[in-house]
Amino acid sequence: MASITLDHLAHAYRPDPQGPQDYALKEINHVWRQGGAYALLGPSGCGKTTLLNIISGLVTPTQGRILFDGRDVTKLPTEARNIAQVFQFPVVYDTMTVRENLAFPLKNRHLPRETIAKRVEEIAARLDMSAALDRKASNLTADAKQKISLGRGLVRADVAAILFDEPLTVIDPHLKWQLRSTLKELHRALDLTMIYVTHDQTEALTFADTVVVMHDGAVVQTGTPEELFERPAHTFVGHFIGSPGMNVLPARVEGATAHIGDVAVPLARAYPALPAGAKIELGVRPEFATLARAGTGLPVSVKRIDDIGRARIARVEIAGHPAAAMVPEGLVLDGDRAGLSLETRQIHIYAGGVLVPGEGGVG
Amino acid sequence: MDKPVNNRAWWLVAPVFAIVAFSAIIPIMTVVNYSVQDTFGNNQFFWNGLGWFQELLDPSTELGGRFFAALWRNLLFSAIILAIEVPLGILVALSMPREGWRVAATLVTMALPLLIPWNVVGTIWQVFARADIGLLGYGLNALGIDYNYTGDVFSAWVTIVVMDVWHWTSLVALLCYAGLKSIPDAYYQAARIDGASRWAVFTTIQLPKMKRVLLIAVLLRFMDSFMIYTEPFVLTGGGPGNATTFLSIDLVKLALGQFDLGKAAAMSLVYNLIVLALCWVFYTVMTHAGSERPDQGSAA
Repeated sequence: MASITLDHLAHAYRPDPQGPQDYALKEINHVWRQGGAYALLGPSGCGKTTLLNIISGLVTPTQGRILFDGRDVTKLPTEARNIAQVFQFPVVYDTMTVRENLAFPLKNRHLPRETIAKRVEEIAARLDMSAALDRKASNLTADAKQKISLGRGLVRADVAAILFDEPLTVIDPHLKWQLRSTLKELHRALDLTMIYVTHDQTEALTFADTVVVMHDGAVVQTGTPEELFERPAHTFVGHFIGSPGMNVLPARVEGATAHIGDVAVPLARAYPALPAGAKIELGVRPEFATLARAGTGLPVSVKRIDDIGRARIARVEIAGHPAAAMVPEGLVLDGDRAGLSLETRQIHIYAGGVLVPGEGGVG
Repeated sequence: MDKPVNNRAWWLVAPVFAIVAFSAIIPIMTVVNYSVQDTFGNNQFFWNGLGWFQELLDPSTELGGRFFAALWRNLLFSAIILAIEVPLGILVALSMPREGWRVAATLVTMALPLLIPWNVVGTIWQVFARADIGLLGYGLNALGIDYNYTGDVFSAWVTIVVMDVWHWTSLVALLCYAGLKSIPDAYYQAARIDGASRWAVFTTIQLPKMKRVLLIAVLLRFMDSFMIYTEPFVLTGGGPGNATTFLSIDLVKLALGQFDLGKAAAMSLVYNLIVLALCWVFYTVMTHAGSERPDQGSAA
């Protein structure tokens, strides 16, 4: 059982990093609580797999330390850490049966045969694979193989954390849900820390209690799914999470009013201390922007309306800048002129991409 | 479904038929024709029926005796070089570098022996192994080892085997290297996490994943060594005595040396059938090995 602490951790694949652009992973300080379900979310190439491999010991970081329960394991090899990892493509040992696959990590650690047999049966039952124990692992489907790779981590009594590296990539869509709920159940039943790397926001938001969003080698926000949705700390988080992503519009802020072009938007808070020279942007999620009849709210022109099944999304332009908004039931539009009403408290102001907390107001 | 029937489409395969006829069918039928006749020169031929075949397959006759002796020599040679080249090739492939400029350097070096024509390989070793002027032969004798490939059967065999290993281990190694390169890193990482030893990684990951290329390597090396001609012909000429006379060498002696066209034709047909039968066995084994892993694509 362990909490995992990343202490000033950074990594560069180049041997002699000069500036921040050489780092695949920029300096990060973070504590993964014992028993937490975490998701590491970010686009391909943002450094999340590097971070995962550093935790599992497959990569040694260029600088900083990694601590398991306060014990420095930075230089320890993978096999000496109590960590298991499930990879993007299912890894099974082709020549072995499911039973032998599950027993493999224990056999390598020279446990008594009875202990191994008992443990394998136990884990197979948990994974609902008891019936397949004596089948050749190579003949199973991708999701069963992925369960075996997970099982090889679970059989080890010493494992404190399981790392998942986009484990559902090759799984059929209708089995993804099933496998993900298996993971959730296991997480509840066994007091394990799980770190789940993905670029799929749905996977991250449904799996994790805490989501760590990464962008360009750095952590941009850590929070619950609600926090990421309602208070994106960075315009990137706003874009990346949500479908469609947050509307980010260039703006000029004066007191408690933002100006997008010649359109004035009232704000809930005042922003007296905005850094000079930084690019100021206004962010609001489409979910908090509702289209209305022309003459109410902000004047916009409607370009297109997309029906995405559960809702209708209007693609509009405010003072020439594109944005998305919800179309309420029963709204009849007259030409392409319409109004836009924003939930004032859900409007955020960003300076240079970073959220600026306002003064006054609530929340 | 109405399929259009048009027999004129057969004309499209006519060129292939013509080429195969000239390159394979007609020459083979000539050989079949020779194999049922006897000749005393002067272009006179006499009908002999299956006589040559009966003699060939009966080890107590002169023809059968030399045929089986050469056949066993061939099989022994193939067995020896496979037993050496396959494990050695795997070992070399395992120790080849995985990245950096060394990869290119190693690959080129490894490919060099494969680029040398057979008769040149034979000549190189003939000179290299000579007891009077060759570095190897002279060196061995200087060390007190009685080595002379022209007079001593054991020396001749050792030289031919070493020559073949030198010439062809690269092929096995390169094939195995390709097989090793195709194993995703995740397998090695998973093995490290599972605490697998180096040996366990080899037996549970590398060897199973190399199975297919190994089968190809074994097939290629077996067929090639079973039909070996040029290198031993240049090196020993089949000697000393008949100690290194393989089937192909014997065939040439019989057909072009003694001009026994009937015997040689019968022998080449049987030789050909053996090669075909072994090809079929390998092909079956290989396709069978493939069908055991139907969802391999999703795993790799």
